[in-house]
Amino acid sequence: MADLVTITVDSVSVSVPAGTVLAAAIVQAGVTRFRRSTKGEPRGPLCGMGICFECRVTVNGRPHCRSCQMLCEDGMDVRTDE
Amino acid sequence: MSKSFDVVIVGAGIVGAASAAECSRAGLKVLVLDRGPIGAGSTGAAMGHLVVMDDSEAQFALTSYSLQLWRRLAPELPDDVEYNPCGTLWIAADEEEMAAVFRKKEYYEGQGLRVEVLDAASLAAAEPNLRRGLAGGLRVVDDAVIYPPCAARFLLERAKENGAEVRTGIEVSSLDAHGGVGLADGTRISAAISVNAAGCGSPALTPGLPVRKRKGHLVVTDRYPGFIRHQIVELGYLKSAHSVSADSVAFNVQPRGAGQVLIGSSRQFDAEKSEIDQDMLRRMLRRALEFLPGLKHLSALRSWAGHRPATPDKLPLIGPSPESDKVWFATGHEGLGITTSLATGKLLADLIVGRPTEIPAAPYAPERLLKGDADHG
Repeated sequence: MADLVTITVDSVSVSVPAGTVLAAAIVQAGVTRFRRSTKGEPRGPLCGMGICFECRVTVNGRPHCRSCQMLCEDGMDVRTDE
Repeated sequence: MSKSFDVVIVGAGIVGAASAAECSRAGLKVLVLDRGPIGAGSTGAAMGHLVVMDDSEAQFALTSYSLQLWRRLAPELPDDVEYNPCGTLWIAADEEEMAAVFRKKEYYEGQGLRVEVLDAASLAAAEPNLRRGLAGGLRVVDDAVIYPPCAARFLLERAKENGAEVRTGIEVSSLDAHGGVGLADGTRISAAISVNAAGCGSPALTPGLPVRKRKGHLVVTDRYPGFIRHQIVELGYLKSAHSVSADSVAFNVQPRGAGQVLIGSSRQFDAEKSEIDQDMLRRMLRRALEFLPGLKHLSALRSWAGHRPATPDKLPLIGPSPESDKVWFATGHEGLGITTSLATGKLLADLIVGRPTEIPAAPYAPERLLKGDADHG
């Protein structure tokens, strides 16, 4: 059993194995709407390899982080739908 | 045989577009030609600031007249023009520049503009991401920003509604002293008059025209809504924009519709290519960081460079050639062409049809820079 790390997604705590990709942990927290387009349409991970920028979320106050390119770190504060 | 037009306008940038809209509204049969797509020159490279400037009385007259026209047009602009009446904040870094703020306030107020002097504390409240320690600033309430290429397209649509024709991908090679133009493929198009509105391309059509290319760089960031709220310009901008020789940078940022931040500005003569000059870009961004330290946390999406068509006296050329009343000019607007496009179109149309102009047109008459120089064709 891998070590667990705990992150917060929109105030919801979720524990995942260390090394988990952030986008996967966000889905595990029940979120599918990662962000909104300029016209307010829902957006979520598409390419999974850092190209499409659809999976952007705010991590520790920093906007526009590509969640498919980050690994979860203990204590991360993630905000979606911004 | 091609049919005949009253006016053939060469250049589908914002100046040519505004000229086409006004000439066609005046009942003239208008044709607009451009070698590229709409707004592909200076218009597409520009920030899109609608700003009143007072380097000279003539510049103030043209910019403030144009701002009135923009405000009148604003309710009719489609969403993609992104008209945002965010105002301009002129930033004073020190007490010397603060004195300039008060001079500017007196002048603008005397001319009936809405302005507001901000001290250090109210400046920080108005724009919390500006660095501390600035002396203050001047808010010019009715300045605005737009997205220039869509404004040019809108103005051309207006012209078409009035019966104008717009043809892109057509290269003009000469302006006929007896009216009309010659195309690169040898075709001639007849018209009562031609208008050289080709911006940086205008000297190629009129050899000897005193219009030089002045290069500029821009950077646009990802979306950070609220990071800035006004178009912000350092008063030092006036010093660097005035300089007609040295390469210079000045802090100038603007909020775009979706929360993006557009960062300028730089000025270079004798830099023909429109490729990014990394050294100028670095200098420009460093200047911006001095005023907005938080910019370093924002990610840039894109940077680009373009050219402005500059004249020696910082005023555009609007009116007939001193050598032929069949050849007219609407060019040389440098960095103010987005602002002054509408006034240019109005003046040009009024002069062509012989109506009185709403502001004196003499300061922009091409003859001031062309007369007495027999070599200029």
